[in-house]
Amino acid sequence: MIPAGAETSAMFNLAWWLLAIETVFAAILVIRLRDIFKAALALVAFFLGVVGLFVLLNAEFLAAVQLLIYVGAISILLVFTILLTRDVQGGNTSSRFRGLAMVPVLFLVSVVIFVATTTDWPLLQEAALLPPVQEKVAEVFGNSAPWIGGLLVREFVLPFEAVSLLLVAALVGAIALAREP
Amino acid sequence: MESFLERNSFFSHLYRFFDAATPSWLAYLLAASVIVFVLVNGLMLFTMALIYMERRLIGRFQVRLGPNRVGPFGLLQPVADAIKILFKEDLVPVGADRITFNLAPVLFIFPVFLSLAVVPFGERYFLADLNVAVLFIMGVSGLSTIAILMAGWSSANRYAMFGAVRAVAQLISYEVPMVLSLVGVLLLVGSMSMVTIVEGQRLPLILLQPLGFLVFFMAALAELNRTPFDLVEAESELVAGYHTEYSGMKFGMFMLAEFAASVVSSAIIVTVFFKGWEGPLLPSHLWFVIKLFVVLFVLIWIRATLPRLRIDQIMAFAWKVLFPLSLVNIAATAVEVLLWPQPTTAQIWAMVGINWGVTFVSLALWSWLMGPTLRPNMPQLLRGATTGKAA
Repeated sequence: MIPAGAETSAMFNLAWWLLAIETVFAAILVIRLRDIFKAALALVAFFLGVVGLFVLLNAEFLAAVQLLIYVGAISILLVFTILLTRDVQGGNTSSRFRGLAMVPVLFLVSVVIFVATTTDWPLLQEAALLPPVQEKVAEVFGNSAPWIGGLLVREFVLPFEAVSLLLVAALVGAIALAREP
Repeated sequence: MESFLERNSFFSHLYRFFDAATPSWLAYLLAASVIVFVLVNGLMLFTMALIYMERRLIGRFQVRLGPNRVGPFGLLQPVADAIKILFKEDLVPVGADRITFNLAPVLFIFPVFLSLAVVPFGERYFLADLNVAVLFIMGVSGLSTIAILMAGWSSANRYAMFGAVRAVAQLISYEVPMVLSLVGVLLLVGSMSMVTIVEGQRLPLILLQPLGFLVFFMAALAELNRTPFDLVEAESELVAGYHTEYSGMKFGMFMLAEFAASVVSSAIIVTVFFKGWEGPLLPSHLWFVIKLFVVLFVLIWIRATLPRLRIDQIMAFAWKVLFPLSLVNIAATAVEVLLWPQPTTAQIWAMVGINWGVTFVSLALWSWLMGPTLRPNMPQLLRGATTGKAA
């Protein structure tokens, strides 16, 4: 766990800026690169940046899961499908909806900026918490995996089971499709 | 921070040494850098030892001598090989994608070092004690798959491409049983930190998790591309697989990373299933090294004994055998943990008995059920040729 009060230190800021620049740069590359294979590799770099940001937010469990699922599985499947597709060397063709796409993009960006600037982000050391609450916060952030696990099987058991059902359905469907007739 | 220094004597010695002269954040950075330097070079030394051991032992297994000319008992052979490989010409194919081609070997070797960061190699001797260490190791090992894809794609060579596609199919299939086989360990120990896993083992977990160990060991062999599963670089079919076009030190880095990955995987197996650095009489680091070399010996032994499998057999083995077996292991362990949340010594031995029983029964059942489907059969095109009927 990152010790309390480190959020304002110079090292922390440096790490944050490096990760933020890397993430945004990789995200731009994903869109701008003509070669779709390289775009997928840039997506991997983007996911790695997000892993770093999760670590800075004291969310080690989420960081590890992001690494395992997005970097280790999803992006590899993505690259794999690109490799199995023919005629991808030419890259993306330009779309007729370029101008139209700007409308939802602008809307989304303005919503994100509005939320980020108007929310009052509380820092741990600034919050005037009672000592027992502070201890609890430190405990939860010190090792978040068991707490997330507890939430998944108690408070959020219905969505959890619904996702499991969806995954089983997808697996059965995949087996049915791949089965030799 | 204080509790971390207390539990990690290696780090705290260095930290106190640097803290006397520099500000504390710099002392932290310097201490960590020294440990990283030691870890990386230590791993390289162990890798050289493994390469020497492998070549000599394979020689023994094949009733020949193995390298014995350079230095006493041929001990300097890995050094000579390293120097030779450094001086070789570095070729880049004309059609290759230069940036990706040059980046791939670097990206391939870097997850190996990363996963070493969480392995405790002695009592209170480790670099980091992540509370999600097991997930971290699994996640990081996925990075090498991307490097293999990059190498295969950027080489502009069909054999490299085939090797890379095979590698990815194999690696993502074996990642599933590998992760699931560790769930039993997590259920028993109740933590994902490698240090807690070592300290929480009242018995070596291989006794309590025989099925989990078997599945993990097989999956680790496959992830390492070692012999029964080494068709990623099957010489007789693919020249050299994804690193066909690499020469000089870039090829050297691929080879080095593969052997170093064997060392790191063995270290993880020792930590998780053989009680890590714990042992009587001898100092903890020595115990760790002894156990590490025993596991490495088994790896070499398997390589010398078993022939290579075919790609369809390998995929079927992952999905039809290892995957269900790891689920059986999770179910059995979960029931035991539910029955005995705080087991006494007698209950632990009962668990050992039950788990070995489950292992033998499920192995017998699966070999009876799945055996016929996994037996070496002829490729589809040849099937009609021998019986005289059209395929």
